Amino acid sequence: MADPMKIRAQMKGDVCEIRVLMSHPMETGQRKDADGKTVPAHFIQNLTVALNGKTVVSGQTAGSVSRNPVFGFKVKGAKAGDKVAVSWVDNKGDKRTDETTVA
Amino acid sequence: MDLLRRTVLKGAGASGVLAGLLAAGVLKPTLAYASDWNKAAFEAKELDAALKGLGAEGAAANPALVMKAPEIAENGAVVPIDVTSNIPNTTMIAILVLKNPFPLSSQFEFASGAMGDVSVRLKVAETSIIRAVAKADGKVYSTQKEVKVTVGGCGG
Repeated sequence: MADPMKIRAQMKGDVCEIRVLMSHPMETGQRKDADGKTVPAHFIQNLTVALNGKTVVSGQTAGSVSRNPVFGFKVKGAKAGDKVAVSWVDNKGDKRTDETTVA
Repeated sequence: MDLLRRTVLKGAGASGVLAGLLAAGVLKPTLAYASDWNKAAFEAKELDAALKGLGAEGAAANPALVMKAPEIAENGAVVPIDVTSNIPNTTMIAILVLKNPFPLSSQFEFASGAMGDVSVRLKVAETSIIRAVAKADGKVYSTQKEVKVTVGGCGG
């Protein structure tokens, strides 16, 4: 199981800014280790951001997203206290969901 | 004739058992996890094929689609990219690094109040043009910027 995500959701005026830091190696499958063996691909493929249970952003990513990826999104129509849930699934089937509330 | 029929029946029986096992969760096909991952677009090695996979061909330039990227990236493994679409009803943004082995890096779809605004950090293998593609009201727009990379993002 991967480490928890760090999620920050903050109101700036009438826009809710969501920033997520995920803990993931994001191996492309192109890199070789010290012995010259290819490191198998291991990266997040799907992510979703939900506000009060309703999906607002659904993303697909490849191995070319940086290690421990950071994503930022903006959502209208949120208010303080709303629940933000972020989930991801990687190419090996590992998954993780974390939640926070809008500040 | 009879033999063929038997083979077909056998095959059907076997796949029926397999389907049953899948349904029961005994076998877990790895592909099933990311069934909504756009494999055709993400595994395309050519820009055109990736755009085709996204259904985003023939993009028009639009000044309301803005990309922020560093002019020079000292570390190609972490290149911050911000894309903001001020085009009304933006439903999708995709970011492509033209010189990467697989150009398409990420794609985001927006719904229910999410604004066409995304920031990511990408690996950029070498100095490359980075292109953002946005979809709004069924039309496709794009903008691009060159990022110079001094240390590549795909090495050790």
